[in-house]
Amino acid sequence: MNPIIRINQLNLYYGSFHALKNVSMDIPEKEITAFIGPSGCGKSTLLRTLNRMNDMIPGTRIEGKVEIGERDIYGDQVEVEALRRNVGMVFQQPNPFPKSIYDNVAYGPRLHGTRSRSELDEVVERSLRQAVLWDEVKDYLKRSALRLSGGQQQRLCIARALAVQPDVLLMDEATSALDPISTLKIEELVQELKTSYTIVMVTHNMHQAARISGRTVFFLNGEVVEASETQQLFSNPRDSRTEDYISGRFG
Amino acid sequence: MIQRKEFDLRLEGLRQLLREMGEHVRAALQNAVTSLQNLDLDLAAEVVAKDAELNQMEEQVMELGSKLIVTQQPVAKDLRKIIVAFKISSDLERMGDLALDVAKVTLRMNTQNLVKPLVDIPKMASLVEKMVEESLASYLDENTDLAYKMAQDDDEVDQLYSQILRDLYEVIRNNPDQLQQALLLTLVGRYIERIGDHATNIGESTVYLVTGQRPDLNQ
Repeated sequence: MNPIIRINQLNLYYGSFHALKNVSMDIPEKEITAFIGPSGCGKSTLLRTLNRMNDMIPGTRIEGKVEIGERDIYGDQVEVEALRRNVGMVFQQPNPFPKSIYDNVAYGPRLHGTRSRSELDEVVERSLRQAVLWDEVKDYLKRSALRLSGGQQQRLCIARALAVQPDVLLMDEATSALDPISTLKIEELVQELKTSYTIVMVTHNMHQAARISGRTVFFLNGEVVEASETQQLFSNPRDSRTEDYISGRFG
Repeated sequence: MIQRKEFDLRLEGLRQLLREMGEHVRAALQNAVTSLQNLDLDLAAEVVAKDAELNQMEEQVMELGSKLIVTQQPVAKDLRKIIVAFKISSDLERMGDLALDVAKVTLRMNTQNLVKPLVDIPKMASLVEKMVEESLASYLDENTDLAYKMAQDDDEVDQLYSQILRDLYEVIRNNPDQLQQALLLTLVGRYIERIGDHATNIGESTVYLVTGQRPDLNQ
């Protein structure tokens, strides 16, 4: 394993609630890692820790270390904006800006200083192609993104995240609001993207984790119970709590 | 999400089907060998007639298991339970076919006298019958120790089979006119020995069910 993310003895508190307990793990580069577990187990909290989205929640306190690349992302010198450019995120509900398709994708690069029209054109096309949306929208780039279907909007959000060329893409239940066909398209897309990006996804759909991830991490009550190769975890889990959860005995 | 209660009931249904198949095979083997020993054509015909039931049970296992895979999308041990049910039902069906082959030999012998009293064939058959029982018990109780212990008996079965071949070779040498019957009895030895191999396969399935590892007990 070639880890790009190293989490060491991470504890996170929301006020007095201990949401993540002594979490340590390495997340391999250019692979898909899935976080699974029942609601409230800490999987989304950990995902949001990876691009410091929890900073916005008052009363959050973090102990331990999270390194992405060689950088401690909770270190003093870290600019959160730069971190989020490097660690993009896609949410459960597609959230395109009420702008054109083009402007949605160009938003990040513009924010980070790209002004040249030809450069922006190139970024928009490359990102939409990577998100397997280009062929569907290339003739309507000036159209409002809000006119796209839910699945297309989600792929647009992925294109928007890719436009700033992140190393890591976080996906928080990114297909749970989509129909099965749109879900399948996103799953295929994510499989493609792993050749260039590290993807960490939270999913309630265990079969999705089994289908597309290389590694799966099972959380329970803020702790990591088991982190294994996905095939190992779903065929012969080491911990009986993992077996009970994936077999539907609780959760 | 898996509907646990219904799912558990159906998994238990699979297990019971295999229990029945095992009982069926044990009886078929016993009756086939008895029919040969006593040249009891009626009993042999009964073994032949009942084989269709075993085939039907195998189909039921395939159908129920496939349905559970489609509707429940099982993982981990639940999935292994179904994979193992497929494998064991196929082994049991083959064992039934081999018992049927023994009964067919009885029918082919018709009323001709045996060239020699059967000693080692019934001995081997009772050892194999014990293997069948133990392999089934190891599966039903998820007892891997019993699976390994049962598999060791296969060596003795192989030795008895070699002995049977040597004896029949002697018969052929001394009484060339008994060639046909001796060859048929050689085949019987082979059929029973193969049933033992399938019992060993069931032991392997048990170990896979319990541990997720695939051992080779047929060594």
